[in-house]
Amino acid sequence: MIKKLIPFLGEYRRYAVLAPLAIVCETILEVLIPFLMARIIDVGITSGNMDYVLTVGGMMAAMAVLALVFGAAAGRFAALAATGYAKNLRQSLFEKVQEFSFSNMDRFSTASLITRLTTDVTNTQNVVMLMLRMLVRAPIMLVCATGIAVYINTRLSLVFFVAVPVLAAGLSIIMSKAFPKFQIMLKHYDKLNKVVQENLAAIRVVKAYVREGFENDKFGEAAEQLRDSQRRAEKLVIFTMPLMQAVMYATMVCIVWFGGNMIIAGTMKPGELLGFLSYVTQILMSLMMVAMVFISIVISKASVTRILEVLGEEIDIRGSKKIKEDTCSVPDGSISFEDVSFNYGEEAENPVLSHIKLHIRSGETVGIIGGTGSGKSTLVHLIPRLYDVREGRVMLGGIDVRDYSLRELRDSVAIVLQNNVLFSGTIRQNLQWGDQAASDDEITEACIAAAAHDFITAFPQGYDTILGQGGVNLSGGQKQRLCIARALLKKPKVIILDDSTSAVDTNTDMKIRSALSKKLKGTTTIIIAQRIASVMDADKIIVMDDGKIDAVGTHEELLGTNLIYREVYESQQKGVA
Amino acid sequence: MAAAKAEQGQRPGPGFGPRPGGGPGQRHHGAMAKPQSAGKALKRILAYMKGERLLLILVFLAIIASSAAGVAGTYFLKPLINEYIVPFIGKENPDLSGFAGVLFLMGSIYLVGALSTYAYSRLMINIATGTLYRIRRDLFTHMEKLPVSYFDNHTHGELMSHFTNDTDTLREMMSQGFPQLISSSITVFGAFVMMLYLSPLLTLLVVVMLFVMLVLVTGIGKRISAYFKRQQEALGKVNGYVEEMIEGQKVVKVFSHEAVVTKGFEELNLELCKAASSANTFANILMPVMSNLSYILYAIIAASGAAMAISGRMDLGTIASFLQYTRSFSHPVTMMAQLFNSVLNALAGAERIFRLIDEQPENDDGDVILVNCPDPTGMWAWKRPNENGAFDYIRLRGDVRFENVTFSYDGEKNVLEDVSFYAKPGQKIALVGSTGAGKTTITNLLNRFYDITRGRIIYDGIPLDRMSKNDLRLSLGMVLQDTHLFTGTVMENIRYGNICASNEDVIKAAKLANAHSFIKHLPEG
Repeated sequence: MIKKLIPFLGEYRRYAVLAPLAIVCETILEVLIPFLMARIIDVGITSGNMDYVLTVGGMMAAMAVLALVFGAAAGRFAALAATGYAKNLRQSLFEKVQEFSFSNMDRFSTASLITRLTTDVTNTQNVVMLMLRMLVRAPIMLVCATGIAVYINTRLSLVFFVAVPVLAAGLSIIMSKAFPKFQIMLKHYDKLNKVVQENLAAIRVVKAYVREGFENDKFGEAAEQLRDSQRRAEKLVIFTMPLMQAVMYATMVCIVWFGGNMIIAGTMKPGELLGFLSYVTQILMSLMMVAMVFISIVISKASVTRILEVLGEEIDIRGSKKIKEDTCSVPDGSISFEDVSFNYGEEAENPVLSHIKLHIRSGETVGIIGGTGSGKSTLVHLIPRLYDVREGRVMLGGIDVRDYSLRELRDSVAIVLQNNVLFSGTIRQNLQWGDQAASDDEITEACIAAAAHDFITAFPQGYDTILGQGGVNLSGGQKQRLCIARALLKKPKVIILDDSTSAVDTNTDMKIRSALSKKLKGTTTIIIAQRIASVMDADKIIVMDDGKIDAVGTHEELLGTNLIYREVYESQQKGVA
Repeated sequence: MAAAKAEQGQRPGPGFGPRPGGGPGQRHHGAMAKPQSAGKALKRILAYMKGERLLLILVFLAIIASSAAGVAGTYFLKPLINEYIVPFIGKENPDLSGFAGVLFLMGSIYLVGALSTYAYSRLMINIATGTLYRIRRDLFTHMEKLPVSYFDNHTHGELMSHFTNDTDTLREMMSQGFPQLISSSITVFGAFVMMLYLSPLLTLLVVVMLFVMLVLVTGIGKRISAYFKRQQEALGKVNGYVEEMIEGQKVVKVFSHEAVVTKGFEELNLELCKAASSANTFANILMPVMSNLSYILYAIIAASGAAMAISGRMDLGTIASFLQYTRSFSHPVTMMAQLFNSVLNALAGAERIFRLIDEQPENDDGDVILVNCPDPTGMWAWKRPNENGAFDYIRLRGDVRFENVTFSYDGEKNVLEDVSFYAKPGQKIALVGSTGAGKTTITNLLNRFYDITRGRIIYDGIPLDRMSKNDLRLSLGMVLQDTHLFTGTVMENIRYGNICASNEDVIKAAKLANAHSFIKHLPEG
């Protein structure tokens, strides 16, 4: 699976090669040092040769210095490679998400996308860095150290051929048994955090219903569960260190015994024995390193999978495949739905929209009324191709919307969504999303039409007031009006207001509508609303029910002929007078 | 040998054995914080270990035994070589019983060491998880008692991090950081003492190198902290940007702003990359530098020792032992410096936890409580203590009066000004007004989520501030603006309103709220 992620190294590929190379050099030098030490003792001391001692000693020190340089260099290269890799990965993920259509977005929750882009990438980065260093160092050290040991004294080195497999077997057993227990522990950990999160979000509910005791018990249960599963997992894992120590000490004792006997018999020298003892540490440590890397790779598997999920997502909606010159601009704001059916998921039963046939003339003002879930929002989302139809087609300006480039289409259709999202930055910057090149006059005009100008100028910095994330300092109604102004600045052929005046009081609603009708004379306007008062003056009103169009007509016509419309109107009028 | 865990993101990981290439230096800590009073924090943590304090002493002893065994065993090389190997070289049929005996002793000491390692780890599990469990429960219980205003003033992220980050680092400190710090210190100290005993002259060289190593450890350590702090900031910015853009993805699409948004991300991403690569560079080079410095020392010691041996001032066994001690030195020294910092960091986290636990809970000094009079009527009434020491009973009817109520959330701007109204039992009162008029505030006040600054609220003739908050809330049924449901079945969620409700009661309520039909349409009802 990691193989799929290799291309992301990109320009950092050479660091990914240099790092292991430097490590190889460092490791070889480190393995040679005990060997030289053995020589100093066996040759230097026994022959009383000071020059020899000094030369070899100097060589050892020089090698250590060199190893230091290589080691530091490897650290730098590995850092560069891994962080650069992470950068490329993050960028690609972000760009992929930008390509997502609404239906692609629906498949991932916002929170999980954010985690994938941040935590999961960091996890992968760390594993890559670990691999670049340890995955090369460990085997080389293991092989070289064992090799030198064999070279020095083949018979004694047999001890290693027993110790290493024993340690390896022990570690594998521990890991394979402990790992599933850790999975369980992590699940309990997540569960615990979920209880906390829910309580944080719903603290008022908990207090209002006096359920603190209940929640405390719930938490206590989860905490107990976590404690127990953590204990079970750790009980196994703690065998690692003692096992390592036991094997290491046993090996040392064996080496001293057998080696000591060989020295006495004259088949081995004391310095060589010391060298062997040094190699014990090097060899067994490298085995531990392999285990560490292995564990990290397994742990990171989840993160890698999640990243690949996003990268592998098939994009639903792409712009027209025609080349630029062939795609045209939108001629006018006429819209027609020809036998359109649509569903969000895969199942065909109970489609959200079925057999919609509708025609809207350019410049008309159309209202859409219907109960919750009748399909009003879905209907209008099909016009700028935020979703694609399952059956039938949607035409804009007489041309199938799929034949326009996405850019062209969306520049001509402005939609003010139900969730009014503004971004960090000044009010002016937010409005300029509608038109980067808008002049201050155009901006002011749009804001006056959206009944936003007054409250904007009431702020000390006016249009240059800075908004927090999500436009935090504004009330719901103010946000809505800004979003309407932003859409107006696009100067679109079609403007869709999806329940956009729900948070403003009826007075402001009326002000906005009259300003809009003046400003948008030639623009097709579609208004989705709950209040009949908002759409009463439309050229025609569409009544939707359960994914189908129930009736189309003017206010007076519908009052006379449509039952649903009349019921809604009367229930809303009851409060008046 | 030091053991450290492989940390992944925000969750605890398995503490598998030694981490090659560097323990805490390799971990991705955020900005390392220093606690205001480490001693106090430690004392409080100890307080949570009540009952297990004896075990703690055992743990301490076992750690000492484990490190001491390692140090002691290494010493054995000297007598083994000097008295049991070298003298016998070339001898025919030497008497190896002494050799075997001493070796056996060495092996036994090592065995005790390994067993002690297991012992303290095993004991520590129960202590650490038990303590953590108690701290977590305290944390949660206290959090539930906090007034609503605390939640207004602290972000969810902040509170969550007490439960995740802070408790995680605490656990790590208890089960690994602290024991390793002690064992490393003992190993270093023990090895140093032994080296001094073996050869004061060579130890001098060690001291010089030790000095160099410490200087480097602190120098690199500081840079690691600084760059990791910068990395965290850059990460925070990327996080914030990603969150904003993904939350507003639909707007981005509607305005075809994808290219602009991607460009913005590229800049932040690059910044993060730069900070991360510096931070990781320093973290990566720590171990290679330390380890190879120790090899340089090794070379110097080998040469010097050999020189002294040639001039007859040192024997082979001493050199052997000394060299082994030198090798076992560098790792613990590096670990100590890093562990010290991470222990401090964990204590700072503990301080944050304790600060929340010490936070003033919602005070409830109301003395009027709600009681159910089982006979004869089964009605609910307020039980109020009167001047004579007895109780008055006032029927629960639902009469609410606001008299000249003035209230402000932040103490500056008044959200309610001199508000008065009444609601008689059984009446349906509607509150309408534009956004920000204060409607939700009225319900907040009625629940006593906040207390008023001026005026009175009277409920069934009793001033609201005299009522016990819990009983007051039990008497009210609230449907809040933000709908929050909990993980669990639909039945459980509805039953939240009355835990003693039977299934029939739950279904009846659902029918009344017009929810029964859509519940029936769900796959599992």
